[in-house]
Amino acid sequence: MRSVIINEVRHGFYLDSVALMRYSKTIASMDGVEEAALMMASPSNRQIMSDAGLLNDVSVDAEGGDLIVGIRASNTEAAETARTEANLILDQPTTSGLGEAWRPKSIRAAVKINPEANLALISVAGDFAAAEARKFLRRGLHVMMFSDNVSITDELSLKKEARDLGLLVMGPDCGTAIINGTPLAFANVVPKGSIGVIGASGTGTQEITCLIAQGGGGISQTLGVGGRDLKDEIGGITTLMALDALDADPDTCHIVLISKPPAKTVADKVVARIGASKKTFTVCFIGATDWDLPTNATFASSLKLASENALGGKALFANFDVNTIAKPASAAKVCGLFSGGTLCAEIQTLFISAGLSVMSNAAIPGVDTLSENSTAHTIIDLGSDEYTQGRPHPMIDPSVRDGALETAMADTSVGIVLVDVVIGYGAYEDPAGHLVASLGTSLSGSTLVIASVTGTDGDPQGRLSQIAKLEAAGILVAPSNADAAELALACLKLAG
Amino acid sequence: MENDKTADLISKPLNVINIGLEGFATELKQQGVSVTHVDWSPPAGGDPKIADLLSKLGT
Repeated sequence: MRSVIINEVRHGFYLDSVALMRYSKTIASMDGVEEAALMMASPSNRQIMSDAGLLNDVSVDAEGGDLIVGIRASNTEAAETARTEANLILDQPTTSGLGEAWRPKSIRAAVKINPEANLALISVAGDFAAAEARKFLRRGLHVMMFSDNVSITDELSLKKEARDLGLLVMGPDCGTAIINGTPLAFANVVPKGSIGVIGASGTGTQEITCLIAQGGGGISQTLGVGGRDLKDEIGGITTLMALDALDADPDTCHIVLISKPPAKTVADKVVARIGASKKTFTVCFIGATDWDLPTNATFASSLKLASENALGGKALFANFDVNTIAKPASAAKVCGLFSGGTLCAEIQTLFISAGLSVMSNAAIPGVDTLSENSTAHTIIDLGSDEYTQGRPHPMIDPSVRDGALETAMADTSVGIVLVDVVIGYGAYEDPAGHLVASLGTSLSGSTLVIASVTGTDGDPQGRLSQIAKLEAAGILVAPSNADAAELALACLKLAG
Repeated sequence: MENDKTADLISKPLNVINIGLEGFATELKQQGVSVTHVDWSPPAGGDPKIADLLSKLGT
């Protein structure tokens, strides 16, 4: 029987993407519903809905400020029941954990009622993020822009304007910052201390701040700069401002800089700025094996090495011996499924350093792009655009990983599935629990599952309780992402 | 380049205006941070080009 498609458009009706994703899942799980999505009608979202077979002609009237309900069901009755439920959900009063009686509807009104505000946290759709950031800058606020899909032209324009105003633009696509001890967006609860972190990478910054915390250190400030800040086009504007700020900060004694390898011209400026400082630095350009640095800076090729260096050379997890928990892999291939892009890059670095062939959708230098016929180890970044278009990031919605997990666990050429579990503010409430439930009975098969948890015991999810859930299900847990790589290598070695 | 304002940001209490994901504002409030959440909707009737133009004009 032919499917029935129902669309409904709510003009001028906005809900954030996480709320809409939650509602979409509720409707999609109803009896007789094949697929459903509630989305703001941006051009990219409309394309996603069209590709998913969720649009009919009615939705053509929807504009970017409108919400589209798309339901595809096996019969008219199921579709109409789902439409009724969707309308009930959308008509319910918005519940809030904030408890205010009134909310400003514009940036102008928000600044007027809160003139002491010093930071704007922006996570609206990328189409609008730059325009909204500009409004905040002109009202004297620093900006942390979580939104992605912002053009590099807009990024440059915003950062230049901000620099002229003496303001920071952290982002776009800036997921992590810790300012004065407060975790913002995706960040962890870490002790205050004397180590400052500047990160062009969200999960890389999270792993380093958490490892420093586990090693007994503390964080003064963590400033995100956005993944493109060290590209030629942007010229490291925010990174250089952050270096100035932390260099002048009396509470910061040592500074860690984490990024993908920067453009040469930008690297030269950053390295010169580091050399002009009296403080010491750890530089981790993940994917690079070495870098020419001034004498007050040390290069680290992995997040763990960077953390150890920031801790004054203290070895982390010295008592962890992979050989005590390693088991022989049942097959020769490793499939890594990562929610954190830099965690994915760190694994690639460690695997190629060990002489292994690796392929990835987010390949670092020396790693191949994905190919169906390759026997190389497959290390996937599930947070990259091809997996998250129209969906939340896997750190918010871990079900993004479910399909790939099922495929990997059923693949007899895969002996080890390697995963990250990222916790902290912003992240899903129980990623370890979700992972265990998603793996289900496949955990009793021969494929080994190896994980590490990026987080601290102070995080809402609790690192130790997340580890306990994984271990209780038979998952091998390493104390860091780098140790997880080492454990996987040991399991491969045992298999011969 | 004047950097006094960044020094202010990292030395004074954080006070945030949040637009977009409400969960970020809720978590900041749980941590005792001053936060104002904007009941945001796409400006300029949802037309990004007009929204961009208006922001450049300072409206």
